[in-house]
Amino acid sequence: MQLKIQTILDRYGADKTRLMDILWDVQRSDGFISEEATEALAEGLNMSACDIHETASFYHFYFTQPPGKHKIFLADTVIARAKGYEQLRETLERVCGCAFGNVDDSGTFGLYDTNCIGLSDQEPAMMVDDIVFTNLTPEKVERIIAGLKAGKSAETIAGVDRLDPAKIEYVEALVEDNIQNEGPVFFRADRDYPTLLENALEMLPDEIIEEVTNSGLRGRGGAGFPTGLKWRLGRDAEGEEKYIICNADEGEPGTFKDRVLLTRSPGDVLLGMIIAAWGIGSRQGIIYLRAEYWYLKAYLEQQIEDFRKHGLLGNNILGKNFDFDIRIQMGAGAYICGDETALIESCEGKRGTPRVKPPYPIQQGYLGMPTSVNNVETFAAVSRIIAKSADWFNALGTDESTGTRLLSVSGDCERPGIYEIEWGVSLNKVLRMVGAVDPMAVQISGPSGECVSAIQDGERLFCYSDLSCNGSLMIFNRHRDLLDIVENFMRFFVDESCGICVPCRAGGVDLYQKIRLIRAGRGSEKDLADIRSWGTLMHATSRCGLGTTAAKPLLTTLDKFPELYEKLLVTPEGPLLPSFDLKAALQAHEQAYQDLVQEKQS
Amino acid sequence: MSIRITIDGHEVIAQHGDRLVDVAADNGVYIPTLCYQRGKPCLGTCRACSVRVNGNVMAACTVPVSDGMEVEVNEPEVADMRKALVELLFAEGNHNCPSCEKSGRCELQAVGYEVGMMVSRFPYRFPVRERETAPEKLWLERDRCIFCQRCVEFVRDKETGRKIFSIDHRGTHASIEVDVALANKMPDEQVREAAELCPVGCIIEKGLGYNDPIGRRKFEIKSIRERALKRKHK
Ligand SMILES: Cc1cc2nc3c(=O)[nH]c(=O)nc-3n(C[C@H](O)[C@H](O)[C@H](O)COP(=O)(O)O)c2cc1C
Ligand code: SF4
Ligand code: SF4
Repeated sequence: MQLKIQTILDRYGADKTRLMDILWDVQRSDGFISEEATEALAEGLNMSACDIHETASFYHFYFTQPPGKHKIFLADTVIARAKGYEQLRETLERVCGCAFGNVDDSGTFGLYDTNCIGLSDQEPAMMVDDIVFTNLTPEKVERIIAGLKAGKSAETIAGVDRLDPAKIEYVEALVEDNIQNEGPVFFRADRDYPTLLENALEMLPDEIIEEVTNSGLRGRGGAGFPTGLKWRLGRDAEGEEKYIICNADEGEPGTFKDRVLLTRSPGDVLLGMIIAAWGIGSRQGIIYLRAEYWYLKAYLEQQIEDFRKHGLLGNNILGKNFDFDIRIQMGAGAYICGDETALIESCEGKRGTPRVKPPYPIQQGYLGMPTSVNNVETFAAVSRIIAKSADWFNALGTDESTGTRLLSVSGDCERPGIYEIEWGVSLNKVLRMVGAVDPMAVQISGPSGECVSAIQDGERLFCYSDLSCNGSLMIFNRHRDLLDIVENFMRFFVDESCGICVPCRAGGVDLYQKIRLIRAGRGSEKDLADIRSWGTLMHATSRCGLGTTAAKPLLTTLDKFPELYEKLLVTPEGPLLPSFDLKAALQAHEQAYQDLVQEKQS
Repeated sequence: MSIRITIDGHEVIAQHGDRLVDVAADNGVYIPTLCYQRGKPCLGTCRACSVRVNGNVMAACTVPVSDGMEVEVNEPEVADMRKALVELLFAEGNHNCPSCEKSGRCELQAVGYEVGMMVSRFPYRFPVRERETAPEKLWLERDRCIFCQRCVEFVRDKETGRKIFSIDHRGTHASIEVDVALANKMPDEQVREAAELCPVGCIIEKGLGYNDPIGRRKFEIKSIRERALKRKHK
């Protein structure tokens, strides 16, 4: 054990800021992170064992108990639930011989729930070890498990065992791209990266930043912060080192556009990062890749290696006396790590808890140094802006929302997948484009965004001042139980809250209980008033964007579809609220009394 | 650099970049805190110091003051938010003050009085969290932990600098943990400091219970408000 741990520690120079990688290596070698391993790591890193465990236990995909030889994670999403999720869950439990959250007696299978894995256009989907299986049916699930029982690996069953994970064929064999239209900015074929970078480096760093500023580009990660301004602040910030981080955590339920960009246009993303590094003056970049995209890791590493071979990464890039390199940081299952400061904590080997701001990362980020965190799509857009011109980009979209954006479309439509839209198009137009079928509601930007009515809001426009979509677009038809969806979203936030601040950790649970109460037919007007008031409290006082948006599934559906709630409400008869179960309360009292009597007698 | 801000309409002079919560206290305006302690790094976990700054609600411990800031502390809506957060904590854990060793010395209890809380508006959850009694000199009454992070951030093993307290898991499954071997190495003095550092009755020193008689307990001698404002008369 000692020796094995030492080898792993040596790989990272016994640097505790690399704890995420260290924990992954331990788990991949032993199957889980044992107490013994934790003790050994603690000694090697001069940390206490509880300090290591604090990080290990934060992330969904690290195990501190044997998780079963094959770890199976079935994505529990609202899209999967509309497509037979329940049946798959039952099938898995039956054929694996254990309930979810458990390992079967033989230790072969561990069944686990997980939130959206970035495959909403091909759900139901599950991860088995490092492999994903999509478009699941009960028969397909039975076949996969039978294969595992027969001793085949997940790779063999998926038919990728003979493919090189560093090649695109491997990725293509596992997941579909579903790029549905051709837009002006993204997914351009045959880009000549050496020439593009050569041209870019002809510009001075300040000129790069000015060009990006003039393009009007705003961050595509959700908050919409002007990219040029962020980079200007980064350039002006003082720091021995500066860092560029590509946020590929893509955890918002319903989005998958970053996965497709990284698959189809990884060069655009890398080029965008190099341009950012040149502009800001950085020598080190990190791609924070969610663990759900493990099947992209070898492929992306190969892309980075190819860039190095062409002299586009590494030392003295294109003879410009400019050093910059990129490493991939794997996440380990935590939506909150999409928040840029939680992401930085995670990159430093810690729990993914958002930092107190100020200072902002652009002043003090990774390892305390100025750090620009940008979304995958932001970097890809920059690579095109610098190649074409700010004016060209500026001419697309609207005055305040320039350019185009990628939408990940899923749910009740004929053609789910990736669409590039110019800012300024209406919801109706998008719904027609994707072949929405009898739509009732559209969830814009995932659970953290807003639920709009396909009827009332059809003429609203995608732009930063109205539907400022973060890329996730889920369509629900007239037959869907919207409040079931709301409940799923509220559970999502309870699952994913880091728990460091009170309103989100505690308030989220209360709101989740409220929707359950109402759906159980035991809610009253008072509960709706509580939802509004507690939701406002969470919005106002939470520490980060997760808590400030966590009440939105309730608040926005209450706003757009009040009748769905009202028809479930009951009017209190007498002084008791319908949520108070008098019988149960009296029974509990009687039980406690009987217990005491018995205790006394014995 | 000297600047001017207003707190509830009153003009106040402060130094640019000072923490709002301290500036308010220095000017006689009490803002309750549960995680923040003057002079220590800001933890920003309890949010009980939420106030309105230029119209937006912010935790006063996280806000560096700047010229022209308009701060509302006692405006009813934001004052009720602070109260709600305290109530949320009472409902989330088990806080039976009359039977708690920390009663009268507990910051959560004291702040509860300050914000005028009578009963929690949130459903009481009565969590069952196993207590940790393994360390020789202290124990953790886990269902009283408010996850303020004080012990996690500010208590270290004297010899190695390692963390002694930590929080496992996340969100509603979070759990306060202690490294037993390191805890057993803590000098008595440090144990006492840790127990005092804990704003509630979670870290308790073994062998020491209800030591001060009612009426002579910490916050009965001097309220938490008076303690926070004391620097005004320096
Ligand atoms: C809970 C939460 C999750 C987030 N998830 C992501 C994400 O998956 N990808 C992303 O790019 N930004 C995400 N963000 C936004 C980031 O904090 C950050 O604003 C963004 O990466 C900046 O990049 P941009 O300026 O290019 O948009 C998230 C924010 C929050 C609060
Ligand atoms: S709002 Fe939620 S996720 Fe964000 S810091 Fe607070 S507890 Fe953590
Ligand atoms: S044990 Fe006490 S000091 Fe530590 S986090 Fe919990 S409440 Fe805070």
